[in-house]
Amino acid sequence: MEFLSPSTLEEALEAKSALPEAVPIMGGTDVMVELNFDRRRPPALIDLTRIPELAEFGPEDGRIRLGAGVSYTKVIEHLSGRAPALAKASRSVASPQIRNRGTVGGNLGGASPAGESHPPLLATDATVELASVRGRRRVPAREFYLSLRTTARREDELITAVLLPEPSGPQQFAKIGTRNAMVIAVTSFSLALDSERRTVGTGLGSAGPTPLRAEAAEEFLSEEFDWEGGTSPSESVVRRFGELVAAAARPIDDQRGSAEYRRHALSVMARRALSWSVTDYRKGVTRCA
Amino acid sequence: MAATIRTVTDLASTTEDGVGASPRRPDGTLKVTGEFAYSSDLWMEDMLWGATLRSPHPHAEILGIDITEAVKVPGVHAVLTHEDVPGEKRYGLEHRDQPVLAFGKVRYEGEPVAVVAADHPETARRAMERIRVDYGVLEPVVDSRRAALDPDCPRVHEEGTLPENPEHNPRGNRLRYQPIRTGAFSEVAGSQERERRVLERLRAEADVVVSSEYEVGMQDQAFLGPESGMAVPAEDGGVDLYVATQWLHVDQRQIAPALGLPQEKVRLTLAGVGGAFGAREDLSMQIHACLLALRTGRPVKFVYDREESFYGHVHRHPARMRYEHGARSDGTLLYATAEIIVDGGAYASATPAVVGVASSLGIGPYEVPHVLLDAYGVYTNNPPCGAMRGFGAVQACFAYESQMDRLAEELGVHPVDLRIKNAMSQGSRIITGQEIDMPLPMAEMLRICRDLPMPPAREDLADPSDPRILPGGVAGTTRGEGVVRGVGYGLGLKNLCFSEGFDDYSTARVRLEVSGGEPVVLVHTAAAEVGQGLVTVKGQIARTELGVEKVVIAPSDTQVGSAGSSSASRQSYMTGGAVKVACASVRAEVFSLARERGLVPDDLPDTDLSLVGGKLVSATAGALVSLVDLLGEASDGGTVVERTREYHHRPTEMLDPRLGQGASHTQFGMCVHRAVVDVDVELGLVKVVALDAVQDVGRILHPQQLLGQIQGGSAQGLGLALMEEIQVRDGRIRNPSFTDYLIPTILDTPPMRIEVLEHPDPHSPYGLRGAGEPPTLSSTPAIVAAVRAATGRALTHAPVRPEDIVGIEL
Repeated sequence: MEFLSPSTLEEALEAKSALPEAVPIMGGTDVMVELNFDRRRPPALIDLTRIPELAEFGPEDGRIRLGAGVSYTKVIEHLSGRAPALAKASRSVASPQIRNRGTVGGNLGGASPAGESHPPLLATDATVELASVRGRRRVPAREFYLSLRTTARREDELITAVLLPEPSGPQQFAKIGTRNAMVIAVTSFSLALDSERRTVGTGLGSAGPTPLRAEAAEEFLSEEFDWEGGTSPSESVVRRFGELVAAAARPIDDQRGSAEYRRHALSVMARRALSWSVTDYRKGVTRCA
Repeated sequence: MAATIRTVTDLASTTEDGVGASPRRPDGTLKVTGEFAYSSDLWMEDMLWGATLRSPHPHAEILGIDITEAVKVPGVHAVLTHEDVPGEKRYGLEHRDQPVLAFGKVRYEGEPVAVVAADHPETARRAMERIRVDYGVLEPVVDSRRAALDPDCPRVHEEGTLPENPEHNPRGNRLRYQPIRTGAFSEVAGSQERERRVLERLRAEADVVVSSEYEVGMQDQAFLGPESGMAVPAEDGGVDLYVATQWLHVDQRQIAPALGLPQEKVRLTLAGVGGAFGAREDLSMQIHACLLALRTGRPVKFVYDREESFYGHVHRHPARMRYEHGARSDGTLLYATAEIIVDGGAYASATPAVVGVASSLGIGPYEVPHVLLDAYGVYTNNPPCGAMRGFGAVQACFAYESQMDRLAEELGVHPVDLRIKNAMSQGSRIITGQEIDMPLPMAEMLRICRDLPMPPAREDLADPSDPRILPGGVAGTTRGEGVVRGVGYGLGLKNLCFSEGFDDYSTARVRLEVSGGEPVVLVHTAAAEVGQGLVTVKGQIARTELGVEKVVIAPSDTQVGSAGSSSASRQSYMTGGAVKVACASVRAEVFSLARERGLVPDDLPDTDLSLVGGKLVSATAGALVSLVDLLGEASDGGTVVERTREYHHRPTEMLDPRLGQGASHTQFGMCVHRAVVDVDVELGLVKVVALDAVQDVGRILHPQQLLGQIQGGSAQGLGLALMEEIQVRDGRIRNPSFTDYLIPTILDTPPMRIEVLEHPDPHSPYGLRGAGEPPTLSSTPAIVAAVRAATGRALTHAPVRPEDIVGIEL
């Protein structure tokens, strides 16, 4: 197995173009596990840790540009205000050691339906930036996940960044695990209220072959929610929202939980996330007034 | 961590770091700094790597094995199958039923079929891919109840396949059936019809009857150091094996016949052990490494990876249990019936002994006049199960403690009061008729436990919405919604040391000499240090007995007699006992040496003498002579005093096969737990808030290590209560990884207030009681009881799954 260590993005893109089966590696928290367990034998690894641009983050045209190689720890430390759902999700990733190494870009590359980053990226309508020797392009996260572990990334492309919209409303993330830390999601849920566009975003993890949205739930809530005053939705609205989130799931029974439990837990998390959001939203409305 | 330890006053010694002190572990610094050499770190320049080809099927005929292509892989030095086993083709702890390498059939998923030695692990892996095994897949036997009770159930071991143990065949898949009958049931034993009539009469007599089925899932020992070791061929045609194990001599006894070698040509040395908990009682890579080393003439190293480890060792027996208890309205227990079926999987391992424990302790430490109990250990095509901390007592404890809580609820009394009402004590007889002839302050322990201070309410904490204190933890599933607190109690009775007629002993060699101008003691045993701290305790005993501060602990190997197993909470008792008697013998020799030299006044008896601070001291006449002067520098021809002694505990009996009566146990230990939990009742997630314990250990040898044992045992029980289960479907393991087999993290493990009592056992060295296992019994039912209290659900399966709490059927 070859180990390529480019020092510029151009070199990395050339390498990926010349050897499309080469696997990019950043923190190694997914890739090394697959290699060690003999689940994958790529012809080459492309080490991206020496490319400065991938490790950078900052504002860009009213959004946050998050380099694909920024660790979860940095997301938690620096972006809990500007990307609250993603920061909450990052906090729930594995252990401190893994959060120091693991990256959102790696999460997108592996595209496991259990990946913590995906629900917040879906809920907040983030954008994924891809690059190849042919140039750069941007794909909305909502169009990125195609089927089980398959994404819109073409084989010669590298994931270079994620663009996170400036939040204009409360964002939530919650994840079920059968222990209180260091656990793969049994299922997870993210919610974002956008007070400017008056839209609702959702993201569901470990609820189907890909990360999912609950579009019917989003439409329902965006119509029912009191965007002006932020009054608490009625109990029946809250319950209906939970049901619609659960109905969007396509879960399976596996060693981590049953499909029925996953649906149940999604409805509970959706209801709670909504009530937390309403509380936060009212605080925001009060501040503005 | 809050902890109270009562100090040992009558063992106070002027020699530092003796019994009752907490000296540092000799291996502690190395382990903490990551420098300790575990068995997986063994290395020799010319060594080869071993690898194991395992069955992908739980049950299949082997139609053919073709190694032709594997042998051709460059770098491969040997590929061996059952045909290459020169001696006995089967081995086993209690029954020799397990093939060294499978022949004829495979009986569980992961059973070893062939082994490879190659110059690199990757080469070995490639060679294994080229071994062709033709299987004729068979339907696996996976239902343990059917295996126990259905005479038409297909047999896992066909008649005649176990020539050295033909007697089990008439019993089909039953490895052991142990009935116990007491009171009115003993008078009608053997007649199901009459037993049923007695039961009906007792039911009518009882004011309250509770009955339920319970299940305990297959728990893994989850040691962190995988199976590993190295076999080195010797010039005499024998082999030296360095291995992480629990009992060197029982390994030797099983390895040598398979190699066709006499015992003395198979020499074992204990390599660094990364945890055991019972999983290293059975052989894993031992014979395979020796076979390959002898075949290739090169050292051969094996290291299982984590997934392979799940197939490479036995697990805790899953149990299916049916219990019924009848009581009078004042809470007095009248009768109990129990059916306990433990699934031994494909090979016997320790299953018969596990049945012996589960049955004899099956009703727990409660006075019950009439008991009808049937315990079965069965063969299936599930993963083999054997020893794990608690050994059969854990499973029964979950059931009988759950029953006590149900009874208390039915009667409307506090669960502690019901337990005190029916508590055993010294002089009580357990259901086998064996008298508890040592202190058992059960009622006192229960009262102390109930009166321990409660943890503060969540609302009283500095930040009640800190996710780390809430169920679900940092994943942020609740800010307090749905969270209900519950409190539960549990206790367990555990036998300590080996039972049922086994002549259990340990051997110690102790040498006293003067070296470098100071007295030095060498302690040599074959006992396995598996993390429990025996290596520290041996030194403490030598210091206390011989009054010498400098003690050297020799590596454990088979050059000294057997120490027995590091299991059954027995090593402080047994190897501690052996070191103590060997030291006493050395001391007596020192006394007589001093008398020979006229250093002891004739009127002073030996009872007036002791060794303290490197001197021979008389209680009446003061210091008589220093050991340096008495013995002289060993390298200058000074005297070396060396003694090897065996220590045997008192004999025990087999349970009789009809009524299950007999004094089968050596010693009893008990722990009482109180668990406080916060449960998210809508999501089914649990945070254990406090897990407090009261345990009687007879005498504390090393306070700090003792706390570690109780904390560790409690945490292992917490794992069984809430998350630890090897999920087996159709004979296949669904979660063979630490990604999906979850063990508690520090965020799952609460503060523990631990109260230790010291009521000495008159039969044991220093009055000590084995301490490692009892907390593993009691913490599980205490936690599940607390979750029941919070949720109101019956929760009959351990571990409790989120589905169970929210009421989704699995």
